[in-house]
Amino acid sequence: MILAGLGVLAYGFFQTQILRSDTYVLQSEANRLRPIPIPAPRGTIFDRNGRIVAENIPGYALSILPAPRDTIRNTLERLAPILGLTEARIEQLMQKQRSQPGQPLLVASDLTFEQVSALEERHFMFPGVYIDTRPKRHYPAGEAIAHLIGYVAEISEAELARPEFQGYSMGQLIGKAGLERQYERRLGGRPGVRYVEVDALGRIVGEYVPRTKVPAVPGEDLRLYLDLDLQEWIAKIFPDDMRGAMVAIEPGTGHVLAMYSSPGFDPNAFVGGVDAAYWRRLNADEAAPLLHRAAAGRYPPGSTFKLATAAIALELKLIDPSAVMPIPCRGGMQYGNRYVHCWERKGHGFLNLADAIANSCNVYFYQVGVKIGLDRFLKEASRLGFTRKTGVDLPPELEVSGIFPDEPGFWRRRFGYDPQTTEVLYLAIGQGPNDQTPLKMAHFAAALAGDGRLPPPRIAMDSAPPGPEEGINLSISPENLAHIREGMRRVVAPGGTAHLSSLEHWELLGKTGTSQNSHGKDHAWFIGIAGPKGGKPEIALSAIVEFGESGSRTAAPLVAKAADYYLRRKYGMPVDSVQTLREHLLVGRPAPWAVWE
Amino acid sequence: MIGRLRGLLGDPVLAALVVGLSIFGVAMVYSAGQLDVPDPGVAGAWRMQLLWLGVSLGCLLVVLHIPTRWLEWAAVPAYTIGIVLLAATLVIGTGLGTARGTKSWIDLGPVMFQPAQFANLATILMLARVLGRWREPPRSIWGLWAPVAIVALPMGLVMLQPDLGTAMVFSALLVAALYWAGTPIGLMVMLLSPVLGLFLSFHSLLFSIYIIALLLFLRVYRAYLWEGVAVVGANLAAGAIALPLWNSLEPYQQARLMVFLDPGMDPRGAGWHLIQSRVAIGSGGLFGKGFTLGTQKRLAFLPEQHTDFIFSVIGEEFGFVGTVGVLLVFGLILWRLTRIAERVADPFAGIVVFGIFGVWFAHVIVNVGMTVGLMPITGIPLPFLSYGGSFLLASFLALGMAQRIAAEQGKY
Repeated sequence: MILAGLGVLAYGFFQTQILRSDTYVLQSEANRLRPIPIPAPRGTIFDRNGRIVAENIPGYALSILPAPRDTIRNTLERLAPILGLTEARIEQLMQKQRSQPGQPLLVASDLTFEQVSALEERHFMFPGVYIDTRPKRHYPAGEAIAHLIGYVAEISEAELARPEFQGYSMGQLIGKAGLERQYERRLGGRPGVRYVEVDALGRIVGEYVPRTKVPAVPGEDLRLYLDLDLQEWIAKIFPDDMRGAMVAIEPGTGHVLAMYSSPGFDPNAFVGGVDAAYWRRLNADEAAPLLHRAAAGRYPPGSTFKLATAAIALELKLIDPSAVMPIPCRGGMQYGNRYVHCWERKGHGFLNLADAIANSCNVYFYQVGVKIGLDRFLKEASRLGFTRKTGVDLPPELEVSGIFPDEPGFWRRRFGYDPQTTEVLYLAIGQGPNDQTPLKMAHFAAALAGDGRLPPPRIAMDSAPPGPEEGINLSISPENLAHIREGMRRVVAPGGTAHLSSLEHWELLGKTGTSQNSHGKDHAWFIGIAGPKGGKPEIALSAIVEFGESGSRTAAPLVAKAADYYLRRKYGMPVDSVQTLREHLLVGRPAPWAVWE
Repeated sequence: MIGRLRGLLGDPVLAALVVGLSIFGVAMVYSAGQLDVPDPGVAGAWRMQLLWLGVSLGCLLVVLHIPTRWLEWAAVPAYTIGIVLLAATLVIGTGLGTARGTKSWIDLGPVMFQPAQFANLATILMLARVLGRWREPPRSIWGLWAPVAIVALPMGLVMLQPDLGTAMVFSALLVAALYWAGTPIGLMVMLLSPVLGLFLSFHSLLFSIYIIALLLFLRVYRAYLWEGVAVVGANLAAGAIALPLWNSLEPYQQARLMVFLDPGMDPRGAGWHLIQSRVAIGSGGLFGKGFTLGTQKRLAFLPEQHTDFIFSVIGEEFGFVGTVGVLLVFGLILWRLTRIAERVADPFAGIVVFGIFGVWFAHVIVNVGMTVGLMPITGIPLPFLSYGGSFLLASFLALGMAQRIAAEQGKY
């Protein structure tokens, strides 16, 4: 009987200690060892000249080890006065904890030094709480770069569930928007892990050395084609109280030199979790500072689109650029049973292509539109990408596609009627159902500045090579392109609408645009290309100023000043804030290049 | 020399095993106090245990000089005192350890003691006195009324504390004493059958089969009519009161019994003890983590590590080798007790020794069994190893009685 009784017990121990020992060894380690992620330092982002766009500065983060919910809540409540946690924030954190109960809970990643020392003094009060130094993201250029760069913050539950974030775990900081998001995989690196030993109450007893710690793999650095100086310059010259955007692209390559949206916000305030009040303010602001207007803002392109009309007609060999249109501009023209107007009621008379561009004559382009015909116009505009995104290397949701009818059925779908005969006339002068982003228009201008072909815009170096279908191909001959550029040159030339924006050292070509706006004053457009006099254009730009009224008065000077800044620096000339003809006149400097007719 | 020693000590092997085990126990209590999370109450416990071991050895020497006949005379007053103390415990008792909510302990200022641990010795003496006078074993279950009543009284008082574990020890000593007194197996089966009925009643099919089996047994055994009626009636009654009895248990007792069936049910609550104990023992593996080095214990995952779960510390720090070694020592101790019991001519002495055997055996099975989940968790200590002065003393008093009996036989 003794043997039977003790034998059963011994068998019980045999099972527990021999047969299932491995399981229990694991359990005992799981019991007392807590993996603590070692955050990987994010890669630094440099601009084309090696200036830092995003860097890491030392920061302190506070996390709580996994523990029963009551314990965690208790700890949070005791932390509240030191960290300034609100009741709502505690609820939010508890919610987060519920979704990932086995993971350390990141409470705050931007502790001040005072908070850290206050916590260290009282650390026995906070079982399971640990503070680690982790690199904190910092954007030296601040607001100037806000929309483009995005920011980093803790991965959300929804993001964790997505396949692109496979292998990520709670508490990890990820790129949330902009380039940080687009190049997350490259910048993020791989977090390492270390183990600490905890007691039954979850208090950390010490580092657990025997278990190999996995070092963090730092993220790769990223170099951009962006010119941060230009970006900052644009941010500086853009009127503070105006909304709008500017994009600068290098002709021939499609490299994005600058991409600015106004109003901005401070991306550093978003790092590691944005302050609720700041977030509410940004969201409530009717100027929508969070909107990345450069790539996600749609505006009717207005007269700037006449360049596209011209390109399409030239490509189809429908017009002779040196010949005049049969109907002269008399302030408008009769088309079928409709009389359509030119903006210039006095009329422009007979014009060739360059004259028509220089004067932005509607009547000329009405006739071009008629020549092209609606079906062909829609097909060609689609082919040039006005119905698509440019394919810039930004997260897909941060760029919107242009809106342009892809086929005649568009009107029925959109408006419930079939396209009128006059539809193509309006499209030809940039009106009608047509909305484009500043990025798209800058990209188009850059194509005009080169040989008519351009890969999709690229912000970062070593980005994914574009597919064969991407980019722009205007398929027009160099001579025909020269005719378009001649028209653009005369816009800025003496007598042109944007002559006051002409530059001393550089040749600026462009096209103004005014897009009618049902909500208030018209939006002002300018797309331009610039380069050394007599040389090739080296920069293409677009600018939109919401409610700017006149493209020549508000948008053109911005493009001129940005181009001047970029080219001066490129050619080693001192930068001057007096750049355009208007500025020269205002400060009373001689402007020998300006000729008055 | 050895003869003289035997004349005084009784069985020297038994003495050596018990003293050795007790010293090992002090070492384990010391180890149980070696924590990464200091707990002053446990850290110094080994000194107290050592002190109590000295006291117990002193008492052992005294008991060795008490003739067995005196014990027989002392049975009635001792039993009476035991009952009074148990009754008093219900009024002034306090809880401790795994059984904080109960009234099992009497607080005497510097020391606390559990009267039940002494009452069961007194009960053994009382039983031995009554059973030792049987000229022949009873033919009918009615003949068992006296021993049953002797055990039922203290056992009932213990259950009121409520202390399920110690109550189980009382039933073990009753069975052991009856067995040794020569009670026919059939009568024992009849006597114990209501307990089985109580557990089986939670499953109606099993209970039906069981009642049929019981009827067959009574037929084959040719039980007396009234005896059979009483046994079947008791079983049916057990089945009927099972549910009310379950409901009358304290919630923590219900939880423990449920957790015994499924420890994962409440891993942070009632299941915690069992899970952590199993993890400690299991992670010890074959050779253990080394003396004082058990991590489960060090980091305070293991509850009551110096009292009820001392065996888990042994399992964690000395592995399978350690647990089997300690079980082997217990086996030897129990074997030596049966050897003494077999060799005595005096029925009183034999029943006393075998009663002690029953008590220790029950303690070992129930305590060690609970650490690996073979038994429900009841707060009963492990003889000679668990921290606790009064239990150590009671165990040594029992040892003293057994050794005196052995010495009087003079056959060692």
